[in-house]
Amino acid sequence: MISGFFIFNQKGEVLISRLYRTDLKRSIADVFRIQVVSNSDVRSPIITLGSTSFFHVRANNLYIVAVTKCNANAALVFEFCYRFITIAKSYFGKVDEEAVKNNFVLIYELIDEIIDFGYPQNSEADTLKTYITTESVVSSSIAAEESSKITTQATGSTNWRRGDVKYKKNEAFVDVVETVNLSMSAKGTILRADVDGHIMMRAYLSGTPECKFGLNDKLVIDKSERGASDAVELDDCRFHQCVRLDEFDSDRTISFVPPDGEFELMRYRSTTNVKLPLKVMPTVTEIGTTQVSYVVTVKTNFNNKLSATNVVVRIPTPLNTTSVDCKVALGKAKYVPAENVVVWKQVSSFAVSLLPYSCVPPVTRIPRIQGGQEVTFSGTAQLTSTTHRQVWARPPIDVDFQVLMFTASGLIVRFLKVFEKSNYHSVKWVRYLTKASGTYQIRVSGRLFFNQYHVEYGWLTSHFLMKF
Amino acid sequence: MSGQGGQDAKFFQRGKIQEFRAELEAAETKDKKFTKRKTVLKKIVANITMGNDMSPLFTDVVQCLGTPLLEIKKMVYLFLVCYGRQKADQLHLVIESFLQDCNDRNPLVRALAIRTMSYIPTPVVIEALTDQLRHCLRDRDPYVRKTAAICVAKLYAADPRKAEKGGFVEMLRDLLLDSNATVVANAVAALSEIGDRQDGVIFKLNLTVANKLLTALGESSEWGTIYILDSLLRYVPEKHEDAEMIAERVIVQLNHANSAVVLTAIKILLYLMNYMDNRKLMEYICRKMGPPLGEFSFLSPCEVQSSHIIIVTLLSSGPEVQYVALRNILLIIQRRPAVLKNDVKVFFCKYNDPIYVKLAKLEIMYRLAREENAREVLAELQEYASEVDIDFVRKAVRSIGRLAIKVQPAADACIQALLDLIDTKVSYVVQEAVIVIKDVFRRYPGKYEGIIPTLCQHLDLLDEPESKAAMIWIIGQFANRIDNADELMDDLTYTFLEEPTEVQLALLTAAVKLFIYKPHSDTTKALVHKVLKWTTEEVDNPDLRDRGFMYWRMLAINPTVAGEIVLAEKPAITTDADRMDRGALDQLLLHTGTLGSIYHKNPEVCCVDYSA
Repeated sequence: MISGFFIFNQKGEVLISRLYRTDLKRSIADVFRIQVVSNSDVRSPIITLGSTSFFHVRANNLYIVAVTKCNANAALVFEFCYRFITIAKSYFGKVDEEAVKNNFVLIYELIDEIIDFGYPQNSEADTLKTYITTESVVSSSIAAEESSKITTQATGSTNWRRGDVKYKKNEAFVDVVETVNLSMSAKGTILRADVDGHIMMRAYLSGTPECKFGLNDKLVIDKSERGASDAVELDDCRFHQCVRLDEFDSDRTISFVPPDGEFELMRYRSTTNVKLPLKVMPTVTEIGTTQVSYVVTVKTNFNNKLSATNVVVRIPTPLNTTSVDCKVALGKAKYVPAENVVVWKQVSSFAVSLLPYSCVPPVTRIPRIQGGQEVTFSGTAQLTSTTHRQVWARPPIDVDFQVLMFTASGLIVRFLKVFEKSNYHSVKWVRYLTKASGTYQIRVSGRLFFNQYHVEYGWLTSHFLMKF
Repeated sequence: MSGQGGQDAKFFQRGKIQEFRAELEAAETKDKKFTKRKTVLKKIVANITMGNDMSPLFTDVVQCLGTPLLEIKKMVYLFLVCYGRQKADQLHLVIESFLQDCNDRNPLVRALAIRTMSYIPTPVVIEALTDQLRHCLRDRDPYVRKTAAICVAKLYAADPRKAEKGGFVEMLRDLLLDSNATVVANAVAALSEIGDRQDGVIFKLNLTVANKLLTALGESSEWGTIYILDSLLRYVPEKHEDAEMIAERVIVQLNHANSAVVLTAIKILLYLMNYMDNRKLMEYICRKMGPPLGEFSFLSPCEVQSSHIIIVTLLSSGPEVQYVALRNILLIIQRRPAVLKNDVKVFFCKYNDPIYVKLAKLEIMYRLAREENAREVLAELQEYASEVDIDFVRKAVRSIGRLAIKVQPAADACIQALLDLIDTKVSYVVQEAVIVIKDVFRRYPGKYEGIIPTLCQHLDLLDEPESKAAMIWIIGQFANRIDNADELMDDLTYTFLEEPTEVQLALLTAAVKLFIYKPHSDTTKALVHKVLKWTTEEVDNPDLRDRGFMYWRMLAINPTVAGEIVLAEKPAITTDADRMDRGALDQLLLHTGTLGSIYHKNPEVCCVDYSA
């Protein structure tokens, strides 16, 4: 199990160092600093030297490191590191060098509590906050009874929830957030299209509420023999530890006592019938050896009552590009030399609308892309001739977007019922969001990698058209 | 919560022992709210973190234990955990305070005291701890009991004799039947740790206890679930039904959000299936798990298709966990190559995957390649071959060659792809291509030799021993088809004495082959003579010298027979060679999710805990 836990900053300075076992020395931190922090080419999240293994996870400018001296359960160690980050976020709002330094004493208290002798222990932030606090506590001032309430809670079967939660207004918000992964070849074949779904819940419910949750999951519908027309097929789903897995297994009901506040109820994956919200049709043409012309068309593929917001299209350009003249009817496009891309943004009215009306900038309020709408970018990149061949990774065209009230998988929340002793009335809200950020990729490729210009330009283009 | 309120960053400054001592002394007076002491202690903790030795302050820091502030107590305890063993002779100063805390009315304080004491494995503290621990293992508060359970493991690590004599192991066994799931889970963890030691007591489960643990499973935290699942490996089912009953109760854990729970559950199910007989249940388990399906050959491919592939879902977790999952998938598909064969697309690399994820995916991809998907896989590999990361590119090129060897119908397309790559003249790409083409020649004799001239054109790009040796092998083996083979060899031998052994060996063999093909040419005669003379007279490497003598004598005694031997038909090449030994695989699959399964090495080899 875990023998030591460390946090390093980017320079390799130790911010937190805690040993749980006598098989390690504090100086082991130097080994990690040399092997990982000062190594510019780290090729694995696990490094084993002799019998010592270092597991690290990056969080902002920090390295969260666990060290083991045995055949440790690697998945457990990484899950623990992720959990530490979640707890720290919940306590300090952010996880970076400043937050860690400002709270290092509290962090020592926390990691003394959540790992014992290298074994992760109760790590539910909600419960931890009841007895590890940022305020100073005088020993005698914690009444023994109060403490036994805490300890029962920390070791109990619903250790993620306090029993004494009270709200004036009982509300539950459900956010279905889907991330679409698309990888499309230059020829327009879909190499990969799937959906990672997360159902986030914010529960502001009093007492110990018993929730039941229903989806239009095909398996559920098959069971109840209803029309399966709008059913979605989920390849797999995984649940927060509050969900009773045995009940899900026997009759597919999702029932649980939720933690207080925000948590991830469920994670799922869907690979069949993925509705791609945006079609991207790029045409990249090489004109002689000094120019590359682009025509990139983005078309929305959903109902015209909906719209795509925060759309950012990143179009990679050759490394020897000097300038790109961009023409767009909607949004703004700009060549960013440092990143070798043209960034084409729809200045989002969604973001703008969060401002009070008086603050709305008068000049550019470019509308979102409505359902069924089509927008086009055209531009020409000027290249310098160079004999020095630079290796260029030819990144794909990448599209980020958000579509509210749309799910790429077709998933719908059928019901959310809340039962509580006191029988209070509760209000439930459901939102859907489908998004992509760095995951929606259309390759700009080429067989022209091998063409005659290649040696001179290190770049290749080809004509291609995307088919959906 | 006051949340982000911490303002402690200012304490992260190197300080001197003398200053801290003075500050602590000053804090003894006029420190009503103990803020002065708190500040000094924070500075000291920060200095410990930075690696400054604060142990000289031992007696001064210990003085603060009298302060009735929990925060201060915790800092002092942290100090003790850091320096206690170093200052064993002064620990008697704190025993009194520890004992007091062990009997505090507040369960959190009691637990804190025994937890801290057990971190300081020195005789004085252990002596004091053993008595207290006995009470705490029976404490009415579950939080104290769960802490005490782990304390037993710590005590055992420090002094196994004492722990056994004191009857602590038996008390731990009693805790397995505790009414609180968290206590049960920690007792299991502690017993497993003790049971893993070579000198430790044996920890095995019988059906009754296994059943009891399964009941606790439903109520324990995610970490507790892992400890309990892990311990089920210590249960040996006597009847099929027992294994099946346990499996049925473990299956539900496959839907857990914590991927460590999922991987551990898979491990246990794999283990239990060795003892099961109920085909229907096994099929069901397989469908739930997906990949390990291949364990059972009676399942038809269509059932494979319809499976819900749990393990693939792990690929939506963080990259580190993805990496763990991928390395395990690689094991599973080696055990049963048919598994996951319809899912090769899942393993296509995303542009922004971290390099370790990309490399792990790449290794899986060519193994899942079959005639049906070879085109797609090849297109991907070609894509990767033009990326930036050199190691990744090389492995992609190598995979193209392996694909050619593995899937015969795709060989033509693969060779064309390799030729295209050679055309790029990027040195490392060409070298890697030459290395794999050598194997392709051996796999398909008489089919692709037509491309040899293209290879020969790029001779100057080869500067690494492996690729150079591969090219020399090709020249030697096909010297009869290469018109200017003697010229090429003559050039190559020019630097013979400076070459690494690998290349020298290849040159020697190639020179002999060349001579056998063209025994009447003066150049080849001179060449072979020159090389044999060098190897036998000027080179110090015994392998090279022996081989030189061997060839020389063979050629001297009977050149015809020598020719038959040197150019004898070679055994066919397959990709099976990269597959792991079956026994080792089965062994590794029982370590699913652990370090051993990532390095694909027996845990005893790759990560021994010498301290145990």
